[in-house]
Amino acid sequence: MTGHLSGPPFPEAARKALADTQLRRNLGRATSTIRAKRAAAVEELPDWAALREAGAAIKDDVLANLDRYLVQLEQQVTVRGGTVHWARDADEANRIVTRLVRRTGETSVVKVKSMATHEIGLNEALARAGIAAYETDLAELIVQLGHDAPSHILVPAIHRNRAEIREIFLREMRDVDPSLTDEPAALADAARRYLRHQFLSASVAVSGANFAVAETGTLAVVESEGNGRMCLSLPRTLITVMGIEKLVPTWRDLEVFLQLLPRSSTGERMNPYTSMWAGAVEGQEFHLVLLDNGRTATLSDPRGRSALRCIRCSACLNVCPVYERTGGHAYGSVYPGPIGAVLSPQLTGVEHNTSLPFASSLCGACYDVCPVAIDIPSMLVHLRAKAVEAKGRTPERAAMAAAAWTMADSTRWSRALRAARLGRLLRGRRALPPPLSAWVRSRDLPQPPRQTFRDWWAGQ
Amino acid sequence: MRVAVFATCLVDALFPDVGKSTVRLLRRLGHNVEVPSQQTCCGQMHVNTGYPREALPLVRNHVETFLDYEAVVVPSGSCTAAIRHQHADVARQYGDAVLVEGAELVARHTYELSEFLVDVLGVTDVGAYFPHRVTYHPTCHSLRLLRVGDRPSRLLRQVRGLDLVDLPDADSCCGFGGTFSIKNADVSTAMLADKMAGVLSTRAEVCVAGDSSCLMHIGGGLSRLNTGVRTVHLAEILAS
Repeated sequence: MTGHLSGPPFPEAARKALADTQLRRNLGRATSTIRAKRAAAVEELPDWAALREAGAAIKDDVLANLDRYLVQLEQQVTVRGGTVHWARDADEANRIVTRLVRRTGETSVVKVKSMATHEIGLNEALARAGIAAYETDLAELIVQLGHDAPSHILVPAIHRNRAEIREIFLREMRDVDPSLTDEPAALADAARRYLRHQFLSASVAVSGANFAVAETGTLAVVESEGNGRMCLSLPRTLITVMGIEKLVPTWRDLEVFLQLLPRSSTGERMNPYTSMWAGAVEGQEFHLVLLDNGRTATLSDPRGRSALRCIRCSACLNVCPVYERTGGHAYGSVYPGPIGAVLSPQLTGVEHNTSLPFASSLCGACYDVCPVAIDIPSMLVHLRAKAVEAKGRTPERAAMAAAAWTMADSTRWSRALRAARLGRLLRGRRALPPPLSAWVRSRDLPQPPRQTFRDWWAGQ
Repeated sequence: MRVAVFATCLVDALFPDVGKSTVRLLRRLGHNVEVPSQQTCCGQMHVNTGYPREALPLVRNHVETFLDYEAVVVPSGSCTAAIRHQHADVARQYGDAVLVEGAELVARHTYELSEFLVDVLGVTDVGAYFPHRVTYHPTCHSLRLLRVGDRPSRLLRQVRGLDLVDLPDADSCCGFGGTFSIKNADVSTAMLADKMAGVLSTRAEVCVAGDSSCLMHIGGGLSRLNTGVRTVHLAEILAS
């Protein structure tokens, strides 16, 4: 499968990540800071609950009428001089973008941070065609120079600290000042000098989009650094790759999301740069690639489709106790954390991503902070059932069926309890079979009682 | 009021004292509780592990057992949440309209212990005595699915002799998560390590919670490390 939506089984990948103590320290610090900022930014809005409800309702309307809104968007973009391309999957999207870049005769592009292009593995596809892609978002630049993969939706280099970033810059940037310190201002300055050269020499840009307004054909990119705006406005050709679910029906709807998004993601009242454009602007050619890549299939599942409400704020990552300890790479997908655990398996088909729905303790912190009220825990449970179905007959399934048969009837259940008590007396604690062996690696088992509760009650 | 106790399968098999305490506490408060012997398990483990079909007969057994009671008291936030948020949904998935109706009725009459005490009986002082330094872990499903809020703390503050100390990062998950604790044992253990560090930092003698499952996990870790800190269910403290 092309792109970055699945990896090795989560428990294995997580074990590796957990062994990296530097990673755990970096993540713990970063997520707790951003959690507190988000909480404060949300706290100060008295109508947050209503905003959240509105966000969910607008997205549900989009999903219910996606066919109509997409055609409307295409018309509006076309009328304003842009060209709309439809991509069924990652390969088709990569082919379209490669063809468009080739037509310009250029061999390099600059990129503004885009999850969709990571999802489809665009950089690799371009490289195969001899086209170099330069990431211009600071964190993406760090990831790219470090020959690394993003580990967070919003803060792709969250797994790196200042000292590591300094090392990467010293190693990878040409003409960097060898006395570079790990002061944030010094690092930003080095990146600025490096990127300025890219901006001024690039004539093709590839971007993602946070929102597209069906009514006006307007695209919106929300960012903090201004590098995105340079990307969007300087090159002569702009190619935007966007998932088909990123629509909002009307211009007014942006009002809701431009409040929900920055407060949920960076904990800011407003993000520093919001760039909007409709169609081609003077002196620039504009192409919009609308990407399906599993979204229509996701839409067809009534219990899973609300994952498509996601506006990629990453609030759920920042509160997730699993993400906080494993980081994003363990999920094997560009979409990590709780939303990744429900989105990635749906985009690939659950059968290709059976471990991700189980990568959660179902603590529910993600649902609480989601600005579009995606009930991630319930969706995980639903996807677990699909994963179980996909795996067919397994020993676990047989054990679960046996347990259910026993527990569906109190006579069988009480007989089983008596048998288990006898068994425990005979069995030593260390030689336990799976799955109990996984339990006792770090936890003692409780002392079995002499009498069950039901036997005590029977004697009352 | 016809009050039944649903002990939960875990309490029945491994933590009978939690069930006994629940019965004693409610009796002390003047209620003649019943423990219908037909009860077994709410089926949460099956549903949450991806086996809703297997859970269906468990849901049916539960609903049939508790249909006629005016109140069902459960010493578990997690099982209460399963009854309230999953049972009717499981029945609906398999098109059993009668069961949906029954499940919704039972769900309306089902209360987690602290909810029943504070909301239905209107008591916070249950006349308990527990002279120990205690820290309270609000389990995720009590906190976020039932929204029990400060009910358990209000009950604990009225216990004579009890010194209640705040648990740092109290609302973060202990890492149990049902079969998550086995399927993702390493991540579960990493979460447990932080929870235990929080508990130990309070210098409490006892970690209390409203779910025996989370306590089995936290207590299993605390015991493995020979910390000397005990885990005790809310019902046991309130009944003492």
